[in-house]
Amino acid sequence: MSMNKKVKNVAILAILASVFAGLLAFDFFYKKIDYKKGLDISGGAQLVFSVDVSSIPQEDLQDTLSALRDTVERRVNLFGVGEPSVYIQKGSFVSQEKDKYRLVVEIPGVVDANEAIKMIGETPVLEFKMKKENGEFDKAMITGKHIKKAALVFTQAAPGQFGGEPAVEITFNKEGAEIFANVTKENVGKIFGIFLDGELISDPVIKEPIYGGKALISGNFTLEEAKKLARELNYGALPAPVSLSSSQEIGATLGKQILDQSAKAGLIGFALVSLFMIVYYRWFGLLATFMLAYYVVFVLALFKLFGVTLTAAGLAGFILSVGMAVDANVLIFERIKEELASGKKLLEAIENGFSRAWNSIRDANLSSLITALILFWFGTSIIEGFALVFAIGILASMITSVWLSKVVMHSFAELISNK
Amino acid sequence: MFGYKFKIGELVVEKRKIFYFISLAMVALSLALFLYKTPQLSIEFTGGSLYEVKCEKVCVQKTQLEAQLSRYVDSVKVIQTKQGYIIKTSPVTPQTKAQLENKLQELNLVIERSSTIGPSIGQEMKSKALLAIVAVVLLIVLFVAWAFREVSKPVSSFVYGAVAIIALVHDIVVPLGFYSVLGSFGAEIDTLFVVAMLAILGYSVNDTIVIFDRVRERLKQLKALKQKESFEKTVAYAIDASLARSINTSLTTLLALSALYFFGPSVVKNFVLTLMMGTIAGTYSSLFLAAPLLVSYYNYKKSKESK
Repeated sequence: MSMNKKVKNVAILAILASVFAGLLAFDFFYKKIDYKKGLDISGGAQLVFSVDVSSIPQEDLQDTLSALRDTVERRVNLFGVGEPSVYIQKGSFVSQEKDKYRLVVEIPGVVDANEAIKMIGETPVLEFKMKKENGEFDKAMITGKHIKKAALVFTQAAPGQFGGEPAVEITFNKEGAEIFANVTKENVGKIFGIFLDGELISDPVIKEPIYGGKALISGNFTLEEAKKLARELNYGALPAPVSLSSSQEIGATLGKQILDQSAKAGLIGFALVSLFMIVYYRWFGLLATFMLAYYVVFVLALFKLFGVTLTAAGLAGFILSVGMAVDANVLIFERIKEELASGKKLLEAIENGFSRAWNSIRDANLSSLITALILFWFGTSIIEGFALVFAIGILASMITSVWLSKVVMHSFAELISNK
Repeated sequence: MFGYKFKIGELVVEKRKIFYFISLAMVALSLALFLYKTPQLSIEFTGGSLYEVKCEKVCVQKTQLEAQLSRYVDSVKVIQTKQGYIIKTSPVTPQTKAQLENKLQELNLVIERSSTIGPSIGQEMKSKALLAIVAVVLLIVLFVAWAFREVSKPVSSFVYGAVAIIALVHDIVVPLGFYSVLGSFGAEIDTLFVVAMLAILGYSVNDTIVIFDRVRERLKQLKALKQKESFEKTVAYAIDASLARSINTSLTTLLALSALYFFGPSVVKNFVLTLMMGTIAGTYSSLFLAAPLLVSYYNYKKSKESK
């Protein structure tokens, strides 16, 4: 394909891509894809709980943690404002807590985090443990994750007891029923303990293997207590106890203010940089301005596409990258100036300018990418947001400032030369 | 298109001792400022609780606020802000949290944001921050040495890496000193500050590489044309060739950052200032510190060889 045809194709592609990006970034699609807003912009709460896995056997660990995550997410969804995010985090290897696990709950737009904390804190922790020879209790063989449902029942009359006591009947899921059947079969005559929120509430003797997959918890409950327990267990019992270790809440008005101010700063920054480029580099500067506009739209569209979380730091990073994106253009233009000064024709000067500058651009951007990578590892979600924005900005600027500029400049140069 | 008409490359190389002195003075001053007026660590590193509150209607007095809150938590510290207060305490338990927040509501204070960080998480952040900085410095050095591996004459590629580190140290310490000054106005060392430091590291090396690149290219050019030139002249040439680019790039970055500072959200203002300082320091160090250092090392090596 001749250079002209190639350039034409690329130009058409570029125009199509930019229109698409523009539509995406500025919300003209009928199916609105929103920007993902970080907590410090949307307002909301982030709660970090430390998880006590001391009574969970090693082989059950991963299972338990994901059941924990699911249970808490179910509960948090009841709040209904925006998409909550619940995940498990392991303590970093550089900290004292390197073997500890944390549960992170992010609830955008929530008005009262105390409610959420209370609700999560009130989730019962139910454990069934076998009593060992020495009188201590073994690790939990059945936990909240094995429970399928719970119901309020009343005990039946038995020798020496009046019936009609409020109790909770638990139905296990398939796995739980299996475990329960096996354990009761192998341990007839022994005692097992039922622990609720860490406290022993009942320690019956196993009289016979229980295949039905049901168990009865009766422990001197009042009617209210039994009702509440059944309800809470139905929402989901926690497979392991958690305790709040840190929390952050940001009001929505502050968040909106941050967003508005960032947008304003972005526009002004863009205007200033463009003005400078046009004044100093004249026509090349105008080209750089178009490239910059393209860059902004392109990156915003990428943010939407990849669901990058926008935070105050991230937006600052984006605006910073607008100032830096122009760097590649500056490098290239300076080279072209040199080539022209040494007497080369326009076309050749442009070619040489780009190829000479490319090495510097590549090396310089690589070092910034290294920094972004480390930042990504370092971070809390706020810093991760910055790192991602930074990295996307660098990569995108390489595409627009180098590849796209080259194509456009080349075609213009050809046009001018052929006159 | 106009350019910068003055050729300062030779001047810089010739009078490099002056520029070394300036850099040394800046670094010493910054270190002194940092040690003397060390900024406080934010609760993200120490653990603790923080509330940013706004006064609705009538503002309760600072001392009264402190007294009231002390009933629920230890070590209450209240700082006045434009619209209200920032309250710092030791970490609150969930129970105390609710009590505290009710009290604040009673006193007509609207909670704009709040944070409670457990001390162990704080410790982890500290370790991570230090590790991240060390990791970035190491990786950058290795990267520079690798990127310049073919240029072993007249100075070996590791020298480029080492000089880049010296420039890096300068570019980190000077903003640190600057931040210490900000510290007396309330700026704290928080995770955003660490992010700024890491961003400066990346940016500074960016700048330094561009100049080293010109040196490398010139050396290649001379070799191909079978010409000879003193190393001083080569470096001077590289400085001149990179001058416009370096200044313009930092100008555009500074323009974007100033827009952020004057019009952006207040939570990032200190962050932005630090970045601006780092940008200026980075440009200075690449042109007036890193490049001349190459010459100094070269001369030093030569004088050793001729003994």
